[in-house]
Amino acid sequence: MMNPQEPGLIFEHSREGRSAAAQMPRRPDGPIRIPEALRRRSAPGLPSASELDVVRHYTRLSQRNFSIDTQFYPLGSCTMKYNPRACNSLAMLPGFLNRHPLAPAGYSQGFLQTMHELQEMLREVTGMSGVSLTPMAGAQGEFAGVAMIRAYHDARGDRQRSEIIVPDAAHGTNPATAIMCGYQVREIPTDASGDVDLDALRAAVGPQTAGIMLTNPSTLGVFERRIREIAGIVHEAGGLLYYDGANLNAILGKVRPGDMGFDVIHMNLHKTFSTPHGGGGPGAGAVGVSQRLLPFLPVPVVVRTDDGPYRLATEADRPQTIGRLSAFAGNAGVLLRAYVYMRMLGREGMTRVAEFSTLNANYVMAELRRAGFDLAFPERRATHEFIVTLKRQSRETGLTAMDVAKRLLDHGYHAPTTYFPLLVPECLLIEPTETESRQTLDGFVTAMVAVLEESGRDIETIKGAPHRLPNRRFNEVAAAKRLDVVYRPEAAETAAGL
Amino acid sequence: MPFIPHTEDDIRGMLERIGVATIDDLFDEIPRDLRAPPLHGIPQGLSEMEVTRLMHERAARDGLPLNFIGAGAYEHHIPAAVWQIATRGEFYSAYTPYQAEASQGTLQLIYEYQTMISRLTGMEVSNASLYDGASALAEAVLMAVRINRRSKSGRILVPGALHPAYRAVTRSIVHNQSIELVELPWDERLGSLDPGSLAAFEDQDIAALVIAQPNFFGVLEDVDALTRWAESRAIPVVAVVNPVSLALLKPPGEWGDRGADIVVGEGQPLGAPVSSGGPYFGFMTSRREHIRQMPGRIVGRTEDADGRSGFVLTLQAREQHIRRSKATSNICTNQGLVVTASTIHMALLGDQGLTRVAEACWANTHALRERLAEAGIRARFEGDHFHEMVFDFGADAEGILESMAADGVLAGHALDTDYPQLPGCVLSCATETKTPGDLDRFLRSLQQARAGDGRAV
Repeated sequence: MMNPQEPGLIFEHSREGRSAAAQMPRRPDGPIRIPEALRRRSAPGLPSASELDVVRHYTRLSQRNFSIDTQFYPLGSCTMKYNPRACNSLAMLPGFLNRHPLAPAGYSQGFLQTMHELQEMLREVTGMSGVSLTPMAGAQGEFAGVAMIRAYHDARGDRQRSEIIVPDAAHGTNPATAIMCGYQVREIPTDASGDVDLDALRAAVGPQTAGIMLTNPSTLGVFERRIREIAGIVHEAGGLLYYDGANLNAILGKVRPGDMGFDVIHMNLHKTFSTPHGGGGPGAGAVGVSQRLLPFLPVPVVVRTDDGPYRLATEADRPQTIGRLSAFAGNAGVLLRAYVYMRMLGREGMTRVAEFSTLNANYVMAELRRAGFDLAFPERRATHEFIVTLKRQSRETGLTAMDVAKRLLDHGYHAPTTYFPLLVPECLLIEPTETESRQTLDGFVTAMVAVLEESGRDIETIKGAPHRLPNRRFNEVAAAKRLDVVYRPEAAETAAGL
Repeated sequence: MPFIPHTEDDIRGMLERIGVATIDDLFDEIPRDLRAPPLHGIPQGLSEMEVTRLMHERAARDGLPLNFIGAGAYEHHIPAAVWQIATRGEFYSAYTPYQAEASQGTLQLIYEYQTMISRLTGMEVSNASLYDGASALAEAVLMAVRINRRSKSGRILVPGALHPAYRAVTRSIVHNQSIELVELPWDERLGSLDPGSLAAFEDQDIAALVIAQPNFFGVLEDVDALTRWAESRAIPVVAVVNPVSLALLKPPGEWGDRGADIVVGEGQPLGAPVSSGGPYFGFMTSRREHIRQMPGRIVGRTEDADGRSGFVLTLQAREQHIRRSKATSNICTNQGLVVTASTIHMALLGDQGLTRVAEACWANTHALRERLAEAGIRARFEGDHFHEMVFDFGADAEGILESMAADGVLAGHALDTDYPQLPGCVLSCATETKTPGDLDRFLRSLQQARAGDGRAV
C-alpha cells in the first residue's frame, strides 16, 4: 500500500555538476552589475539533481502519504470529503493562472464576475448580508471576524468591551484569535448534554462583553438547540455573535447562521466547499456579516454597479474597513475551486451535503454503538460528526484513543481526530463526510471492531502500532528536545562520530 | 447526485439501522422555525461538461496579455513537473500531517523545504511557511516584539519604500496589539533608504527595524549599514526579501556583522503562478535562538520506536491547539500544497538554475531600461536595481498605460495611488520570461500609445 523504500533526502541524491538542464534560461550576454558589497559570496546549496531524480524522489515521497484519494479519512472537524478533479483542472486554466493580481479591469472581468458570483452564493447559503473572500485561511477569517467586532464597538465609542466569551469546547484558534485582537478570553462551561451552560453564560455577560465565539453544530458533534436564547442573552448585553464555520457542512442549506442570529461568520472553503487540504493548506476563510458590520468587511471586495463592469472595492470605497489581510485579494486559486464545486452542486446539491453527511455520521455512530463502543453523548443525534470515548476501555484494558488511531492506520484507514475536544476523555471525533459509500463505512466499522476485539487479547500489538507503515510511532518529546529542523550533513557526521 | 454515492438501497438500509424513517428525522433537534428557506439565489447544478465550458469562457475573457507588472507577484517559468507532481492526489488531498506515520511524504518534503529556504536566506531555522509575504511580515513583526523584551514602545521602523500592501496588511494585523509602524523616508535621488535618516531615532525606544531588499521600487538597499545600526542598539532586524534575488544577493544571514534576526518574503516567485494573487506562500526563517517564538508549523527529524529516521511536527507547544490563548499565533495551517510545488521547483532549478533565472531577470529589466531611454523615458531612481524599476512616463502615464493595455501590453503598475509624490511613475518588471521580441513589442506599443492611435480591444 505505501512505498516502504527509504527515500533518502533530495540532498543525498545530489551530485555536484548534475542539473535539470532543460530548466535553465540562457545566460545573458553582458555582465551583471551588482555592487560587490551586496553580492552573494557562496552558492546557497540547493540540490544538484537531474529532472528524473527530482520527479522520482517526490513521486516516491507522495507514496508515503495517506490522502483522500487513497484512503478513507474520517478526521473529525476537518471535513475530508472528495475533492473533485474538475475543480483543480478548471482553476488551473492558463487565463486564470496568468492573470496578474494588478491587471486592469479590462483583463479581469471573467475572474471578477466569478468571484462576485461566489460572494453572492456564499451570502445566500449562510443568510448573511455581505461577504468578503480575502481571508486566506480559517484562522485568518476568524481574525477578520473578531477584528470587525472590535471595529464595530470602537466606531460606536463603546470602548469598555474587553472580553470575548468562548465555550470550553471551542477550537484552540478561537481564544488565540481573541488575544490577537486585543481581547481577554472568558471561558464558559458546557452542560452534560453538550449544550452551552446558559446560567454560566448569563453570569458571564455584561458591559465588558464584546462578543461570543460559537461553533454550531459544536465541536462536540451536536447541534446547539438553544442558539436563539444564546443570541438573545449576548445581544441584550450589547455583545455580538461570531460563528465559527468549521462545521458548516452539517447544516448547509438546512439552517443558516444568519437566521440563527449570528453577526459575523467565517467559512472554511477547504472543508465545506471541498477545496483540497493540500497537506496543510492553502485554505480560504471567507467571512460573512450582518447589516451592521458591512462597513467593516476586509478589503478588497468585488462590487458591481448596476450592469457596469466588476471591480475591486478598496480602502477608498470603504473607509471603515478593518483593512487588508493579504497582499492582493486572498487565495484566488482556492476560491475558483470552491466556485466550480458550488456550481456543480447547485441549489439541490447544497442541501444534500448536509443530509448525507448527517446520514453517514448517524449510521457509523449507530453501528459503533451496537459493536460496544461508548458514545460521548448517547442521547443526542449525531450531526455530521460524533464522539466515541474510550474512557472505559482505557481503564479496563489500557486501550487509548491514540492506540486506536495508530492501529487503524495498519488497517488502511486514516485515524479519526483524537483528544479533541479536550473535555471528553480518550475521545475519537469521527466525521465520515457525504462522499463515502455505505460499503466504505462498513469497512471502517469492521476495522474499529477488530481493534476493540484485539485489545482484549493482545494489547501489546496495538501499543506497538503501526506495524505496516514506513515508520513506527515517533518520540515527539525527543524530537522537540533534540531539534533537527534543517539538514546539516556536517552535524550528522559529527553525531555519527565521523 | 453529484459526489454522493448512495443508492436507494443504501439509504433505506442505513435509515433502518439508525432506526429512523427519513433523513429529515435526523435533523429533529434543530428548531423547526430555524430551517432555511429554499436557496433561490443559488443556480441549479451543472454537469462537469457544462461547468467546463463556463470556466473556459471566463478564463478566455481575461486574455493573455504581455505582462510587465510585478509589484510583488512575478511571472517566472515553472517546470511542467512542478504542478504535475504537486497535484498528485497523495499530496493534493492529504490533511495537515498530524498522524506522522501516515504523512511521511508531506513531512519529509517540508523538512527539505525548510532546509532549502534556510540555505537560500542564510539562516539557521525555518517554519513550514505562512499564508503570503505580507502576512508573514505581520507575523515577523509580532515575533520581533516578543524577542525584544527590553523594548516597551512597540514602535517598528518600516521603510516607506516597502510594498504598500505589506504595510497595510501588517497594520491590519498588529494594530490591536498596541504596535505602531513608523515609516522611514527614501532618498529622492537613489530611491533607497538613507541610513543617515536613522539618526533621528538614535535615542528612542525602537522594537524592530524592517529592511526590504530589494525595496518596492526594485532598488537595492545598503543592507550592511542598516543592519549595523540596529545591531549596535540591539534592535532585532526583520528582512523582507525576494527569494529569486538571493541567488545573486547577499543573504540576510550575512547582513551587517551578525545577520538579520528574522527573514520573511513572498514565496510565489519559487514555483507559484501569479494567479490573481494567490495561493502563494510566505516564508519565514530565523536565527536558531528565536525558534520558540516562531509562529506556524515546524517539522523536525527524529527517530521512531525502531530507531528508524522519520519526521514529525515539532515544538507544537507554541501552537493554538495546545496553548490556546497563550499561543504565538492563531495560525494552524501553512500553505502546504504551494510549498510542495515550491520545493520541487527549487530542487529542479538548483543553485545554477536559480542563478541563471536571477541573472536573466536582471539583464532583461536593465535592457528594458535601455530601450525606454531610447524613447525618452528615464528610470526615476539612480540606485542599483534588481529586476524591477520605476519609470517616469510623464503627465500622460495613465492614458499611455490604458492604451497599451488595449493593445495587449501591461506596461507596469502605476504608483500614484500609493505614492502621490511620484506622479506619472510606473513600476515595471521584465523577468526571464521576456524575450528581445517582447521588449520590441513594449516599445512599439508605447510609441503607438503616445502617437494617440492605441486601438481599443
